Amino acid sequence: MDAHEEMAASYGTHHGGSNKLYMTVWFSLVGLTLAEVYLAYLHFDPVAMLLMLIGLSILKAGLIVAYFMHLRFEKLGLVLTLVPATIFCIGMMTVIFPDSVRLMHVRLMH
Amino acid sequence: MTEAHSEAVVTGPWSGGGSPYAIGHKKLGMWLFILSDVMTFTALLMAYSYSRISNPDWPAHVFPIFPAIIFSTTMTVVLLASSLTMVMAVAAAHRKDRGSAVKWLLATMAGGLIFCVLHVMEWFHLIEEGVRPFTNPWGSPLFGAAFFGITGLHMTHVLCGVIYLGIVAFGYGTSRFKDEDVEVSGLYWHFVDLVWMFVFPMIYLMSVKY
Repeated sequence: MDAHEEMAASYGTHHGGSNKLYMTVWFSLVGLTLAEVYLAYLHFDPVAMLLMLIGLSILKAGLIVAYFMHLRFEKLGLVLTLVPATIFCIGMMTVIFPDSVRLMHVRLMH
Repeated sequence: MTEAHSEAVVTGPWSGGGSPYAIGHKKLGMWLFILSDVMTFTALLMAYSYSRISNPDWPAHVFPIFPAIIFSTTMTVVLLASSLTMVMAVAAAHRKDRGSAVKWLLATMAGGLIFCVLHVMEWFHLIEEGVRPFTNPWGSPLFGAAFFGITGLHMTHVLCGVIYLGIVAFGYGTSRFKDEDVEVSGLYWHFVDLVWMFVFPMIYLMSVKY
């Protein structure tokens, strides 16, 4: 067994979940999906609707990453390397949105 | 510096003496690939949102309950089910149960293929209504480009995933691949599922009432 195989055997395939946990997560994901579909047929302000749907999607993404992708059971160092950098980069992309609202008003005036 | 201290530094995880993340290099590589792909899909969804907000003539109410919402909701549940079968495949590989792992991998591939078939049917329905990448009967031509671009790239990921899982199933079934290879392919598959969790509400559900 080479060094990489030893590491994979000792670290790479470590798991912390049980079938019961995975089924609970799966039913939660299906439930949240159906809640999103139900929400889509209610009358809300578009911004409020978008925030609710994105909020539920972030919750679903968190469940998938934490339990199905096992990040919940990895070393904290890996979590701290992956998650804050991703959130920061996604956050930086949102700076374009005020310009889209400005452009919408410009186009509505003409 | 004592000899013991010196050795501790050399073999310390942050000194190159071990793995600071305690995972194999394949798994770390897949996590880094996933991060780069997160940026790709985020940029596309941001561009979609920007285009939608800045174009007052963006097509509204384009997705009726049938077939679009029924189909896309079914596709979501199918993709989630394939994630569960993938979890079972990884758990079976962890138990060194190669036969079960391959069966669960094949079930996951079947889920991916069902997703693609439903998606193509839904695409054809929109194409019949006159939606093309650069034109549509309802308003801003960007709608078609954004819709086919984002959902097409996602479907490409699903198809690549089905092929990838097929290779892993064959390799693991014939003992050429190791348990970790099944787990790494699982990371990719769950990521494809995760992306759809944002594409579905942003593109489909936000077009039901607005």
